[in-house]
Amino acid sequence: MSLATSVLAGERLAMARLLSQIENDEPGGWETLGELFPHTGQAHLVGVTGAPGTGKSSLVNRLAHYYRNPPAGEPQRKIAVVAVDPSSPFTGGAILGDRVRMRDLSGDPGVFIRSMAARGSLGGLAPTTSSMVQVFDAAGFEIILIETVGAGQAEVDIARLAHTTLVVEAPGLGDEIQAIKAGILEIADILVVNKADRPGVENTERALRSMLELGHPTRRVVNHHGVVESIDINSAEKDFESLWIPPILRTVATKGDGLPDLVRAIADHLEHLETTGERHDRDRTRLQSELEQLIQGNLVSRWRKEVPDSKYQEILESLIARQMSPHQAAEILMNGGPTA
Amino acid sequence: MSERKIRVLVAKPGLDGHDRGAKVVARALRDAGMEVIYTGLRQTPEMVAEVALQEDVDVIGLSILSGAHMALVPRVFEILAANGQEHVKVFVGGIIPDEDVPRLMEIGVVGVYGPGTLTGDIIDDVRQAVVGAPAA
Repeated sequence: MSLATSVLAGERLAMARLLSQIENDEPGGWETLGELFPHTGQAHLVGVTGAPGTGKSSLVNRLAHYYRNPPAGEPQRKIAVVAVDPSSPFTGGAILGDRVRMRDLSGDPGVFIRSMAARGSLGGLAPTTSSMVQVFDAAGFEIILIETVGAGQAEVDIARLAHTTLVVEAPGLGDEIQAIKAGILEIADILVVNKADRPGVENTERALRSMLELGHPTRRVVNHHGVVESIDINSAEKDFESLWIPPILRTVATKGDGLPDLVRAIADHLEHLETTGERHDRDRTRLQSELEQLIQGNLVSRWRKEVPDSKYQEILESLIARQMSPHQAAEILMNGGPTA
Repeated sequence: MSERKIRVLVAKPGLDGHDRGAKVVARALRDAGMEVIYTGLRQTPEMVAEVALQEDVDVIGLSILSGAHMALVPRVFEILAANGQEHVKVFVGGIIPDEDVPRLMEIGVVGVYGPGTLTGDIIDDVRQAVVGAPAA
């Protein structure tokens, strides 16, 4: 039986092996993924991001637990978790500790958790995270929870990968200026204020709400001949209904408080994506950006083979000696401009 | 360029709650450039083997200070074998009486480390076991 067939049959060892082959950039892994790819596109990809210590892992644990043990009347789902932790920029080593918070899921064959080191990637995900997600998708996992590296302000790759992105905040982490900065808050489809049993939860919520108001105004104030009027966008713009306003939800992941509302919001968002056709658009954008990244990587390595190392070193030395600027150096190396 | 990363699971099966040693070893292996999955306290052998499978690790380091090693370690090997994971190298650290060391080695443990072990020795042994050569 081929590896692809075993993965499609749900064999866990085969899945684990394939994930390693892909992570290690082995040609066999890419070949198998090619066989599996037509089976992808079914799963709901849910990203979970936020600053370190906001409780992302605990929340992922609770979500997976909820989907596996739903209240009567809700379907049980097969869940995969991909948890990314940072690699050391110096040694390349990593401690992958997200599983410490996910032990409740142990022993359940409907859950598969895989930890990944970011391996030098800076966007909050690892270089092969999207490919790993495709393996789980093909293997029939219905919801794939993707936990990013503890992210600050610019680690926004997850928004490109996931259908639904949760940004997790906790009380006491930053003021309103943080909330109006560009970046991670803007990518939220759902804002979660975790640790909501802690003091300061109202302030966090208020800061998030004011940020949302700016990003998704529901009323527009116009200055018309010196008279200030406000217009309900509701009546002014027809496509208002197709707008998704990220809900702000309180949770206490360690106790499970707020989980039913969060699960409902995740399902609502998927429905929104499907009714507006945005799911299709997002899938398209994601695959296109993946293609472009691969082409970029390929071009770099092809170019590396073409340019002799000696020439590269020579230009690099002139750059370091400040005889040319980085732009000039790149120009010479790429287009063979006048040699220094 | 893409040198294959060694993936290690550092696990604490059994009931003792002292994970300082396990964390020191995890940190040392990280600093040696390995990817270390750490699962926290009080794991059953079943949990350890399952994590090893999902994470497709090369090496498992078991930290046991409770004296239950002769019950826990053979059970881990049993489940690894049942899962088709015989290739995983198992190391044991903690408080292991000298007379138990040969018995552990007999069931397949690659190395046993007590208090005072240098982390450098563990790193070399792990590399040797996985790659077949010590650090360059």
